[in-house]
Amino acid sequence: MMMRFFVPRDAAARAVGADKVAAALHDEARRRGIEIQIVRTGSRGLFWLEPMVEVETPDGRIAFGPAKPGDAPGLLTAGASHPLYLGRPEDIPFLKRQTRLTFARCGIVDPLSLADWRAHGGGRGLERARSLGAAATLQEVAKSGLRGRGGAGFPTGIKWKTVADTVADRKYVVCNADEGDSGTFADRMLLEGDPFALIEGMAIAGLAVGAAKGFVYIRSEYPDAVRTFERAVSLAEADGLLGAAAGFDIEVRVGAGAYVCGEETALLESIEGKRGQVRAKPPLPAHKGLFGRPTVVNNVVTLATVPWILAEGAEAYSVLGMGRSRGTMPIQLAGNVRHGGLFETAFGVTLGELVDGIGGGTRSGRPVRAVQVGGPLGAYFPRALFDTAFDYEAFAARDGLIGHGGIVVFDETVDMMRQAGFAMEFCAIESCGKCTPCRIGSTRGVETLDRIRRGERVAANLELIEDLCQTMKFGSLCALGGFTPYPVMSALRHFPEDFVRRARAVAAG
Amino acid sequence: MSVQWDEAEAREIVRRHEGREGRLLPILHDVQASFGCIPDPAIPFLAQAMNVTRAEVHGVVSFYHDFRDRPAGRHVLKICRAEACQAMEGEGLARRLLDRLGLEWGGTTPDGRVTVEPVYCLGLCASAPAAMLDGEPMARLDDGSIGEIVSEVSR
Ligand SMILES: Cc1cc2nc3c(=O)[nH]c(=O)nc-3n(C[C@H](O)[C@H](O)[C@H](O)COP(=O)(O)O)c2cc1C
Ligand code: SF4
Ligand code: FES
Repeated sequence: MMMRFFVPRDAAARAVGADKVAAALHDEARRRGIEIQIVRTGSRGLFWLEPMVEVETPDGRIAFGPAKPGDAPGLLTAGASHPLYLGRPEDIPFLKRQTRLTFARCGIVDPLSLADWRAHGGGRGLERARSLGAAATLQEVAKSGLRGRGGAGFPTGIKWKTVADTVADRKYVVCNADEGDSGTFADRMLLEGDPFALIEGMAIAGLAVGAAKGFVYIRSEYPDAVRTFERAVSLAEADGLLGAAAGFDIEVRVGAGAYVCGEETALLESIEGKRGQVRAKPPLPAHKGLFGRPTVVNNVVTLATVPWILAEGAEAYSVLGMGRSRGTMPIQLAGNVRHGGLFETAFGVTLGELVDGIGGGTRSGRPVRAVQVGGPLGAYFPRALFDTAFDYEAFAARDGLIGHGGIVVFDETVDMMRQAGFAMEFCAIESCGKCTPCRIGSTRGVETLDRIRRGERVAANLELIEDLCQTMKFGSLCALGGFTPYPVMSALRHFPEDFVRRARAVAAG
Repeated sequence: MSVQWDEAEAREIVRRHEGREGRLLPILHDVQASFGCIPDPAIPFLAQAMNVTRAEVHGVVSFYHDFRDRPAGRHVLKICRAEACQAMEGEGLARRLLDRLGLEWGGTTPDGRVTVEPVYCLGLCASAPAAMLDGEPMARLDDGSIGEIVSEVSR
């Protein structure tokens, strides 16, 4: 009987040797005359176990990891006594505790097999949307309570309704796959692990708002995702899932290394072939977006969640979560964390549970001192705030944000003044240049923090940092300049000792 | 990887994107793939081909970090400098690598073998520190794997 193995092709699995493991399995099987098939899946998102190899058995798949090429001979005949034996992946606590809706297929199917996708429920959402029609589809999305997963958390149903209500010769659906936030990789995992989910979601969006053309803007730092997604689009065209008969087309565009192009209007400028400068709002993209036409701009996760909502019903989604944060969020645990990976769960779990319980604390083994939630524009939280629930409003109430769901963990060796300095520096590097507070203020912020580090007029310079942050917060057109104060001020507020103590130590020589 | 400017090839690239909406970025990516950078003559050529001013083309080229005005080394190593990699001491690791190669960020070795550039996140943040060598992802880096990289790019 032919044995079936599953080895991820996800970039984070390839980055730690998944290709070599797959090749070694192949060679070893041939050498021994064993017939095997190796399916290259996406990743389950348990990255400390990658490369995680799964083998099909009569009782379901059994996982082994983290595997090295040298493990291949043993893996061909491995059982429960193998040192890398993990058992059924679904029973690994990190996976068992999740509620996987958006990521239900990721890591399980061959991302480029339409047959696999259909066998695992793919296409049912679009089918239901077609039978419901545009108006009822819009209603489902609104009723589900889905909010944008790109960062701002804007209700998706309202955005779609705004575009649907416009009259225009052409409308567009634009998928934001620029995923620039450090600590995030959910979009990348979907593009590489279940690209048809995004294609289906975009087709549903097109149907709901009356658009026949979609663009997916993928950052250039993700060559694997670009390759897999482009291939998926060709397969979908050949299949009829996309194209004239389906009434919807998708074109892939690749970014060119500018963080600000993740901001939706800068992204539209970039697709139009211009500098990625932020546009003033109004007009909203929903009214005057790409090439001046009404445009839906949504994050990858937002769009890829829509098929589940349509297939299972708005109600099934909205019963999950807390407050105004409905459904699930793919939370990404990163940085100095023992169990780093993707954890999709209903909103409401506390930060402490995520970092200490699910993440298992730091990889270095030293105590957790700070976490940055929501990317480079998100606040640093100390352990004292670990009771904060993962919820848009709960984080906002504590001057933080959940953004795209990334949590970067730091141990006690972190220097928070340096992190504040990096936040300012990143803003200076990535500023689109339109607003003075963002462009100039961030550079002054870097200089001022350097002075504090050198022990120069510490009190006065700390005051200057606060003033600069106020100016950036209120004088910036977009969240790059406007939110950089979050990491800076939270570092200052929650970890003042790093600013004063170090500065004092320098002054004392 | 330095390639002579070839107007016929550039014309062919532009032709390939005929009729596409907002085609300047895809064209620039292709130009860089063919020539290793955006060579100076490309600016007036593209301005004319696309019926925009030179200043506009130049403005776009200079805005994006990806586009180079001269070719990179034979290998391009992009090392992540963003927060998740900082949390795993990626900065110290990068510094040691740069020192071994005798480079600063953005520099190319005198023999033209390797260019080392900063990148802000590769989406490998759960397996930090991370880098990308000639488009191939690498993660959980340490001094051992960095040593291997140095010998690979020095070949
Ligand atoms: C500087 C900046 C960078 C951003 N980067 C991204 C990004 O990489 N991906 C994303 O989906 N949204 C990003 N956003 C948010 C987008 O502007 C926009 O809110 C989002 O794409 C809308 O989709 P959603 O409603 O599905 O979240 C960014 C915003 C700013 C200000
Ligand atoms: S805040 Fe910064 S990035 Fe945003 S529009 Fe202003 S200058 Fe551009
Ligand atoms: S922060 Fe380095 S890969 Fe994301």
